[in-house]
Amino acid sequence: MTYTIIQNGPSRSFPEGDGFLSGASKDKGTDVLVLCKAPFAADPSKTAILVELGNESLAQHIGNDSAHSNVVGFARYRNGDDAPSKLVELVRPLSASDAAVAAATELFTKAGLEVVVSADQIGRIVNRLVIPKYNAALRFLDERLATQADMDLTCKLGLGYPDGPLERIFRGGMARHYDVTHALFETYGTPAYAPPRRAIVAKNRDGGGVGK
Amino acid sequence: MTKSIKTVGVCGAAGTMGAGIALVAARAGFRTISYDMKSDALERATKQSAAFLDKSVERGKLKATKRDVIVGAMSHTTDIAELGGCDLVIEAVFEDLATKRDLLKRLDEVCAEDTIFASNTSTLSITEIAAGSKLPARVVGMHFCLPAQLMKLIEMSPGILTSEETFNTAWEWTKACGQIPVKTQDKPGFILNALLVPFNNDAIRVVEAGVASAADVDKAIKTGLGYKMGPLELIDLIGLDTQVRLCEAFYPITLDPRAATPPLLKRMVAAGLLGRKSGRGFFDYEGNAMLGA
Repeated sequence: MTYTIIQNGPSRSFPEGDGFLSGASKDKGTDVLVLCKAPFAADPSKTAILVELGNESLAQHIGNDSAHSNVVGFARYRNGDDAPSKLVELVRPLSASDAAVAAATELFTKAGLEVVVSADQIGRIVNRLVIPKYNAALRFLDERLATQADMDLTCKLGLGYPDGPLERIFRGGMARHYDVTHALFETYGTPAYAPPRRAIVAKNRDGGGVGK
Repeated sequence: MTKSIKTVGVCGAAGTMGAGIALVAARAGFRTISYDMKSDALERATKQSAAFLDKSVERGKLKATKRDVIVGAMSHTTDIAELGGCDLVIEAVFEDLATKRDLLKRLDEVCAEDTIFASNTSTLSITEIAAGSKLPARVVGMHFCLPAQLMKLIEMSPGILTSEETFNTAWEWTKACGQIPVKTQDKPGFILNALLVPFNNDAIRVVEAGVASAADVDKAIKTGLGYKMGPLELIDLIGLDTQVRLCEAFYPITLDPRAATPPLLKRMVAAGLLGRKSGRGFFDYEGNAMLGA
C-alpha cells in the first residue's frame, strides 16, 4: 500500500526523522493520503484520507455530518512532549467505510505501530481515561495525601506501571497537560477534566513549559 | 523499632490476603498466629501456604531448611484468646466497618495495652476503625497489596489518634519484613484505590458510551502507557462483583461521580458476567473473544 503525506507543519505523530515520513511516496497517485496540519479536501479516488488530529474532533475538519466514506482521523499517542508511543488511535466517524478503516490499520501496522479504533470524541481513548487520573494525582499532591515519590512508587509497585502518574505529567510538561485538560473540560464539563491548579499556574506564569 | 515485635497475629487468615500476610510475617522470622473463625477455611489456607512454600523451594527461591523454619513459626487458631501474647495484630477481615470495629473491641479484651493493631483496610477510614478500640492510639493502617506474599508495597496510614510510636513501630516492622512502606494520609482509598477504582470505572464508561471496544480500550492503555494489564482485563481478574463492592464502599464516602457504579457494570453483574471466575466478563475466557458489552 502506498501513501503520500501532505505536511504543513510539525507533526506530533511523526516528528522529523520518523521512519513513517521517509516511507511516503512523492507520487500523487497513491492509495492513501495522509494530512498533517494540512487542510482537508475531499478526494474520492483515494482508498483512505487520514487526517492527523491534536486535541480536536475530526468533525472540525470534515463537518459534523460528513458523508466522506474514505476519511479517518488519527493521532499517535504521546505523553506531553515525550516521544510518540507505538499507539495510533484511529478516529472513525460514522461515515467511514470498513475499507477506509482497514486501509488505515494496514498502513500503520506495516509501519510497526499498534492501532486501536475510537469514536470521534474528544480525548479519544487514552486521554479520556488517563487525564482524570492524572488530575486526581495532582490534587492529591496539593492536598498532601502523600509525597510525589510515594505516589509514583505506589503506582509502580502496586499496579506495575512503568512510571508513576506524577513523574509522567511533569516530564510531559504542564503546557500540554493544560491544553488537553482544557479541551476535555470544554467538551464534557465534568470536574474530573478541569485543568488542575498546577497546570493553570504553569500556563499563566510562563506559557507552561516543562516542569512542575 | 521503638517496641520489640516478636509475635504477630493475623485475623481473617483464612482469606487470600490474610494468609499472604501471615506468610510475610513468618518468612521474616516472626512467630505468627493465624486466626479465623472458620476452621475449615483456616485449614485450607494453611495447606495452601505450605504448598506456596514448597513451590518456592522447588523453584530454588527458598531453601528447604528455611521453609521448615517458616512452617515452624506458624500456627493457627479459631480462638481469639490465643492472640493475647501478640505484639502486633494485623486484621484482614471482611471490609466492613462494624465487623472491623467489633474485632478490635474483642482484641482489646485479650491483648496487652501495648499491642499494636494494624488494619489492612483498602477503603475504610483508619480513624473510624480505630474508634472500635478503647485505645485508638495503638491502631494504624497497613494496607498490603494482593498477593501479599509476592507484592512488596504497603500503604501505611496513621489515623487522627494514632500515636507516633505506633506508626513508627509498625513502619519499621514492615521494613524488617522486607516490604516497602509508603506513607499516606487516612483518606478514602489511600493512594492505590483512590486512583484505581475511578479509573477502572471510567474504562467501563468508555465502553458503555461506545467510544471503543473493550479490547481496544485495554490495548490502548497497554500500548500507550506501558501498563502490564488493561483496566477491563484487571476488572475481569478481580471480579466485576468486587468492583461493584468497591464502588459501593467508595462512592458514599467520597461522593466522587467517577466512583459511582457504572450502569453497565451493574447490568453485567446481574447477568452473571463476573469476569474470569464466571468464565465471562468484558472478555470471554472460553474463546478469549470480546463480548458485545
